[in-house]
Amino acid sequence: MSSENLVEIRNLTFSYDKRPILKGINMSMPRGKVVAVMGLSGCGKTTTLRLIGGALRPTSGSVKVDGREVAELDQDELYQMRRRMGMLFQFGALFTDLSVFENVAFQMREHTDLPESVIRDLVLMKLHAVGLRGARDLMPSELSGGMARRVALARAIALDPMLIMYDEPFAGLDPISLSVVGNLIRRLNDALGATSIVVTHDIQESLKIVDYVYFMSDGVVIAEGTPDEIRASDLPFVHQFVWGDIDGPVSFHYPAPPYGGDLDLRGNHGA
Amino acid sequence: MAHRKVGVGLRGIGHTVINGIWRIGYSSRFFMHILLRSGTSFRRLGLTIREMYFTGVMSLIIILVSGLFVGMVLGMQGFETLQKYGSEEALGVLVALSLVRELGPVVAALLFASRAGSAITAEIGLMKATEQLAAMELMAVDPIARVVAPRFWAGVVSMPLLAAMFSAMGVFGGYIVGVKLIGVDEGAFWSQMQAGVDVWGDVMNGVIKSFVFGIAVTTIALFEGYDAPPTAEGVSGATTRTVVTSSLAVLALDFVLTAFMLRGG
Repeated sequence: MSSENLVEIRNLTFSYDKRPILKGINMSMPRGKVVAVMGLSGCGKTTTLRLIGGALRPTSGSVKVDGREVAELDQDELYQMRRRMGMLFQFGALFTDLSVFENVAFQMREHTDLPESVIRDLVLMKLHAVGLRGARDLMPSELSGGMARRVALARAIALDPMLIMYDEPFAGLDPISLSVVGNLIRRLNDALGATSIVVTHDIQESLKIVDYVYFMSDGVVIAEGTPDEIRASDLPFVHQFVWGDIDGPVSFHYPAPPYGGDLDLRGNHGA
Repeated sequence: MAHRKVGVGLRGIGHTVINGIWRIGYSSRFFMHILLRSGTSFRRLGLTIREMYFTGVMSLIIILVSGLFVGMVLGMQGFETLQKYGSEEALGVLVALSLVRELGPVVAALLFASRAGSAITAEIGLMKATEQLAAMELMAVDPIARVVAPRFWAGVVSMPLLAAMFSAMGVFGGYIVGVKLIGVDEGAFWSQMQAGVDVWGDVMNGVIKSFVFGIAVTTIALFEGYDAPPTAEGVSGATTRTVVTSSLAVLALDFVLTAFMLRGG
């Protein structure tokens, strides 16, 4: 079983300052697949990614990547594992003092002693894959949001990782960039033979490209399935999420005392 | 009602004190981490030299111009006082000693804190706010070794050099005002300076001071940036704290170091 799944999460809980964020989740990410983790902002999606990357330690439960328990790795072993992971941050997180070329070359320079000519060829190949070979000399400040996301994608796959994690890859993109990035996530995953985890709340775009979906709400997995199963789901929360209903299990109103009482409609001013 | 207010006040004081102690402990640990992970800064000297350009070379203009003016003012004020006692020839030694022992290290460090220290804090703070440091960490690159330590060593090496440039420019400013404008004897100006300034007792004390100031200012600037809340408000607050804290630290350290040096000398 574990050899089929690159990432396995079992009964995972995580609390931040005694505030529970994850309340016992189970997920499996099979090798070679693109898996989406969806849910509202603040439901624990990004926390799950950070736990997989070893940036946080679980309160209880287990996170295994390639058969190894992430929380039990020491600093060196963790860094060894991270060299085989790529991560795309929400707004790219490109190094603003380095050019596009140097951003993509960063890990090659840090972790390998490849000759300069090989690094140049590899970087140009990665940039070509995301369609930005011509932008190699630009600085991050000269890129549009969509281009920055693609450069960050080229940087995430620089060392041909086994696992690529995407934190909100679609946030704030125009419709064309949205399809381009979505398409790249699928194509690069298949070309590299990697496994991808996409944390997002962009339901329509991600249902087009992923193999499996986990729905999270308030720290638990409340639904899972293939994109077709999700579209056909009659769970109220999933239905509201997929079709964007304004009111439903997720209330439009932030919890508040009764409206009438708040407006003092019974005439007891000053009470 | 009153005792509740007192309770809130006491809790506020307690919180401030605990927070202050926590920050001292955290910054000391941060300082130790920088020292322990400095290997990269020396193995890949290019990284450190690049930062020396940004912290050192880019601070040169303000250091040189300030040094010149401070020296010129010292020349005027010194002459005004010395001529009352008929010892204008001692102007050279007065200017040189004031600069090398005190003004060079202290004023250069204060200027360095506001020019380079604030820039370091803002840069590191923004790198944190835009998740660049987290990205580096997830790429299996230690941000302390790759980003923080090279800036630390660049600051520590640049500070004594900048203080030396400040003092040299100051002596030149004193020479222009004293010798060229007021007409103090040139031979006396230089020879008294040569006889009165001791390499170990005066110059080295100044170098030690500026080395210590370099460590203090750079560590504070890096820590404030690294610890800044990842918001616009957080980074601006951290930048202000860098200038205020490191300026006060320089003045306090100067008092302590001077006391030790005068007793020791």
